[in-house]
Amino acid sequence: MATLLPTNKPFTGSPLKLSAPLGAAMAFLGMEGCQPLLHGSQGCTAFALVMLVRHFREAIPLQTTAMNEVSTILGGMDNVEQALLNIAKRVKPRLIGLISTALTETRGEDMAGELKIILARRPELAESKVVLVSAPDYEGSLETGYGKAVTALLDGLLPADGPAFKDARRVNILPGAHLTPGDIEHLREIVEAFGLSAVVVPDLSGSLDGHVPDHYIATTLGGASLEDVAGMGAARLTIAVGAHMRAAAELAQTRTGVPSLVFDRLTGLEECDRLMSTLSKLSGRPVPERLRRARSQLEDAMLDGHFYFGGARFAVAGEADFVWAVGGLVTAMGGALVAAVSAEARPHLAGLPCAQVLVGDYQDLEDAAQAAGGVDLVIGGTNARMSCERLGAGHVHAGFPVYDRLGGAHRVSIGYRGTRDLIFLIANRMIERSGHGHGAAEQDHAAAVAAG
Amino acid sequence: MLKKKIADLMTEPGCAVNRGKTEGERRKGCGKQLTPGAAAGGCAFDGAKIALQPITDALHLVHGPIACDGNSWDTRNSGSSGPTLYRMGCTSDLTNMDIIHGGEKKLFKAIRAAVARYRPPAVFVYQTCVAALIGDDIAAVCKAASERLGVPVIPVEAPGFVGSKNLGNRLAGEALIDHVIGTRDPGDSGPTDINILGEYNVAGELALVRPLLEELGIRLRTAITGDARYADVAAAHTARANMVVCSQALVTLARKMQERWDIPYFEGSFYGIGDTSEALRAIVAMLVQRGADPALRDRTEALIAREEAAAWAAMAPYRAGLAGRKVLLYTGGVKSWSVIHALQEMGMEVVGTSVRKSTEADRLKALDRLGGDEEKLHEAIPPREMYAMFKEGRADIMLSGGRSQFVALKAKTPWLDINQERHHGYAGYAGMVALVRQMHLALSNPIWASLRRPAPWDGGEV
Repeated sequence: MATLLPTNKPFTGSPLKLSAPLGAAMAFLGMEGCQPLLHGSQGCTAFALVMLVRHFREAIPLQTTAMNEVSTILGGMDNVEQALLNIAKRVKPRLIGLISTALTETRGEDMAGELKIILARRPELAESKVVLVSAPDYEGSLETGYGKAVTALLDGLLPADGPAFKDARRVNILPGAHLTPGDIEHLREIVEAFGLSAVVVPDLSGSLDGHVPDHYIATTLGGASLEDVAGMGAARLTIAVGAHMRAAAELAQTRTGVPSLVFDRLTGLEECDRLMSTLSKLSGRPVPERLRRARSQLEDAMLDGHFYFGGARFAVAGEADFVWAVGGLVTAMGGALVAAVSAEARPHLAGLPCAQVLVGDYQDLEDAAQAAGGVDLVIGGTNARMSCERLGAGHVHAGFPVYDRLGGAHRVSIGYRGTRDLIFLIANRMIERSGHGHGAAEQDHAAAVAAG
Repeated sequence: MLKKKIADLMTEPGCAVNRGKTEGERRKGCGKQLTPGAAAGGCAFDGAKIALQPITDALHLVHGPIACDGNSWDTRNSGSSGPTLYRMGCTSDLTNMDIIHGGEKKLFKAIRAAVARYRPPAVFVYQTCVAALIGDDIAAVCKAASERLGVPVIPVEAPGFVGSKNLGNRLAGEALIDHVIGTRDPGDSGPTDINILGEYNVAGELALVRPLLEELGIRLRTAITGDARYADVAAAHTARANMVVCSQALVTLARKMQERWDIPYFEGSFYGIGDTSEALRAIVAMLVQRGADPALRDRTEALIAREEAAAWAAMAPYRAGLAGRKVLLYTGGVKSWSVIHALQEMGMEVVGTSVRKSTEADRLKALDRLGGDEEKLHEAIPPREMYAMFKEGRADIMLSGGRSQFVALKAKTPWLDINQERHHGYAGYAGMVALVRQMHLALSNPIWASLRRPAPWDGGEV
């Protein structure tokens, strides 16, 4: 069990934390025909936009209410109104995600009240649904904003009366921000393998999976539709992935009457077994043969891989549920988690089998790693790269943002297959590290053979 | 204070855009109002950080909530030949309680702790919207910190909501003239010292220019601020001439340096072969006028003749693959015209260039090089229309910034980054050769033919 330690430093060096509005925008990017809009200065949008573009390598529709000094002080609802009208006219989205920022929340605006007035007096906006999320930057990190946005989406889009029909084969899925488009795709395949159908909200695998549409689209390229959300009440079960999705799962259950279940992670043998049992019970079918085979492959990966984890020292940094999932796997494989750093404090992190989980930044990671006598591998986003150089550690690129590697959107780290591949990825980085026994021995052997 | 500063910057007499305006227009300033819901681009804080962060040995501390630094640190591709401290994100990370109680004390502690840990020669402290809104006086905190810690701590008053990235560039210039430049005597100033203002060493491209200067015996005291060291920027007032690139951003700084230290300046560019030569001639003319050896002129002409010939010779092999191809230039400013000549020499047709961020002089030069065809000068092109241009084959390749890349790529059209995120230096003679080579690589890549063939079920033949 770990102690959860907030760092009480007066400054953040090499920040790990990201802004909540960025996370909220990411959730809206998984909605079809959507245009997210940050209510703040143009920089709030520009920074978030550039980061999302670089991570996903896709065009990101993200707009700004372009607040300036005067409108900030006098109140920005005129800007909100203008922005909504401009977007409705120019882009014609089905959904606009309106997200507050630290700037507008510091002044304190009654956004909900004023939005109601705007929508009432502007018939031009009738074609687009508007969902409002409060996500000031000064509270929490990316997962915080993402979770708040999904909760707001459900709150705003679930109908007062559930759908008239029931669909015994339907499962709702609320994926957390730590799931890639590839993870979501795989989760859908798993659910479908049981003869069930999955409705995913929000669904980044429809919008940011990196595909080439045959015409120009100004909004998101795909994702969950308004109808998908409206029909959630027809399902048998709602599965949420990630502790930061708990609030959304609870709201979904209250509003639809469909029971919900939170899996705080789906990486690791036990976690996957739990998912399979759940789906098997729900569908009334045994676990399909190909998933049994995948489980067996994971077992084999654990056997082949454990040599490279046992005795190895790992540092993991990222959003809370990323650290929970990856830190959990590393320790389950026999690795030592000597530095675990989360962007925000979440109680379940205390369950990680390591001495402490720091709530801090990459500087804390470096300090902790150094105090422990160094680490072999750092698992984290691109921003860990300078820490890795200074620590002389290897770097497994994962989490958000990763903008100096390709294919991040397609990486699968959940389910038996994803867990298997993540084990291989980490083990291979260990093998590449010079000085690791087997590689060096093989080279010596090869040299001896060559020398005759 | 800040209001007056901004008003002055907006009516800058040295700015070519302003010179082209009527008296009435000039008084209104250049604070173009953004359209909510249809705006693009960074804020003033972003611009100020871009302009100062390339000072590689300084610590750059952002006083604001996490979005300002957490979402942006170490994403600029501005190179260093030595120190790496500038790449480290550092922020006071204002949270709930700081906003209620005020962030000044936290800022002071942040500066003190960061100085103790990293021992930088100077700290730049960046104001942000939220800290400005709650009334944190960063100038006072910086002053107190300077005195107590014995390290220059420079306030950069450019909160995001005061305006655009360009305004932020200029406010950064103000911070330098108010607090940095002129604070150190280097003790070794010479007759051929120059500064280059507005050069940020993107993709390390100073390395393409510096050798030319060195060969001529010209010393680059400092770029402001590409690959700069704090001590060199502090001694920038001892240079004999200033070259201003990226003209709209730091011209006020150049004018003030002229007023205060008699340093003449000119606006020039290292993009394009002819422009590189012109820039070298202009630097040398100023230095000779101020007492450098007149023989420098002849040596410069010899270097120019040699380098131009070498560059054209290096580009010649690419001509066959580039001739007749249609290129859309979507950038702005100097680059809207400076690369046109080389593209035309390669036999390419420039089907359009964007002049949305250009001065009137830039516009006229672009027009001249495009044979007076007004139709080819574009303001902003809506993405939908741009996409159609590619789909209909009206352009074969686009050179632009990262923001518009997916319009071209998703239309299965070659694209080349010529703005700040690029990974190739395009400055100087060698840079232009590199640009032509990259274009050739992009256009001759076999993927395009492969991608444009429809899938078998859509009628494509395998």
